[in-house]
Amino acid sequence: MKSLGIRAPERYSVTELMDWQALALSLRLATVTTAILLAIAVPLAAVLVLGRSRWLAALEALATLPMVLPPTVLGFFLLVLLGPRTAVGRGITALLGHPLAFSFNGLVVGSVIYSLPFAVQPLVAGFASVDTALVDAARLLGAGPVRLVSSILVPLARRSLLAAIVLSFLHTIGEFGVVLMLGGDIPGSTRTLSIVLYDQVENFDYAAANRTAAILLGMSVVALAFIYSNAHRHGSAHRA
Amino acid sequence: MLNFSLDARRGNFHLRVECAFASDWTVIFGPSGAGKSTLLRLLAGLDRPTRGRIALDQRALTETAISLHLPPGHRRTALVAQQPALFPHLSVAANVAYGLRSLDRATRSARVEEMLALAGATDLAARRPQDLSGGEAQRVALARALAPAPRLLLLDEPFSALDGVASDALLERLQLWLKENQVQAVMATHDVTDALATSAEVLLLREGRLTALGPAAQVLAAERERIALRLKAPGN
Repeated sequence: MKSLGIRAPERYSVTELMDWQALALSLRLATVTTAILLAIAVPLAAVLVLGRSRWLAALEALATLPMVLPPTVLGFFLLVLLGPRTAVGRGITALLGHPLAFSFNGLVVGSVIYSLPFAVQPLVAGFASVDTALVDAARLLGAGPVRLVSSILVPLARRSLLAAIVLSFLHTIGEFGVVLMLGGDIPGSTRTLSIVLYDQVENFDYAAANRTAAILLGMSVVALAFIYSNAHRHGSAHRA
Repeated sequence: MLNFSLDARRGNFHLRVECAFASDWTVIFGPSGAGKSTLLRLLAGLDRPTRGRIALDQRALTETAISLHLPPGHRRTALVAQQPALFPHLSVAANVAYGLRSLDRATRSARVEEMLALAGATDLAARRPQDLSGGEAQRVALARALAPAPRLLLLDEPFSALDGVASDALLERLQLWLKENQVQAVMATHDVTDALATSAEVLLLREGRLTALGPAAQVLAAERERIALRLKAPGN
């Protein structure tokens, strides 16, 4: 980080206000990322479940790759790809008027790629659990792919959709390696809660680090409690 | 008129049939595993044959030689399977209306009422599929399949959950409606009484091969004789 010349030591006196700014940025990043992920993951999961192409296994492996790739490696690849040394990076810079790296939009791109498996996997599991006889019935009644997904698969796999939303959101909130590599540490632009926590620990400000960690932990616990209570309610309704 | 020439493999099972159905009501009769459901799925367009052609009223629905395969919803073909497969998150009325999206609301409602009445399920309209008995669910599945006005109706042991009297009454009403609306029907069954009840043309299917085609009484009598002879053969 220091070699990138982004971090100024005087910025590291973390105040309560800075925590809230980072929290707001993290929430914004997670919300935008989750929305984009849903738009990508729902059709992708439907193709993986309903498709017949021989390339589906390769596509699924590609969609799962970010799950096993070290975040710093992914962040590094994206940093290089979006930088001025590649045609892609130069093209995007020419299009937007600024490079994607070290910007909020760059973080969104990194987060979408990094969290993709966390959105796709629950949806694939949910769609695959829908009885194929229902899919056949809908196709016989004239449902095309879009209607099949929107009127049958999504409503019947709504718990998986909820899990995909919550996991994508939380995974983005807690993301560190990709954010650090691709976004650096720019307050209000790329400095998320995870980066703040890292800075606080590095500055031996454990009281502030405790508060930040508690916020991150609290969000995860509340979200998981929500998912599991929903699953239990649904399970009880089925048993009743 | 429905005619087809099909060659399809599913694991170790090999279906190879060539046939033309001129009758309004044809029964595919055969034991479990003979390939009845496989044949119906191919005719419905849910599965693709390895080779072959399916044509309805001279219009090709599937023709592997030119890579033609109309999707199930574009073949004017309905399939009612033994498992009703009603959409569990929709009411009975919404299930029946599912294939009627192109109609305006008033026409759609009228059509739903008409189909439920035909299936003897008018009082079920507001119910959820999980609140229906097996027989009720099969009635609703029939109403849902007929609602979009198919030209070909495929029935795969569709009334197995109905008792004999209810099944006969529904079958009689259905046959009348199909005749009025010029819908050709093909019903798969392994039940001799179902096959005889409709006094139809019967296609006898065994181990993926067509072994007889003709009037129900004649084909089934020959089949009964063949089974009797096998039972009398030494070693049985």
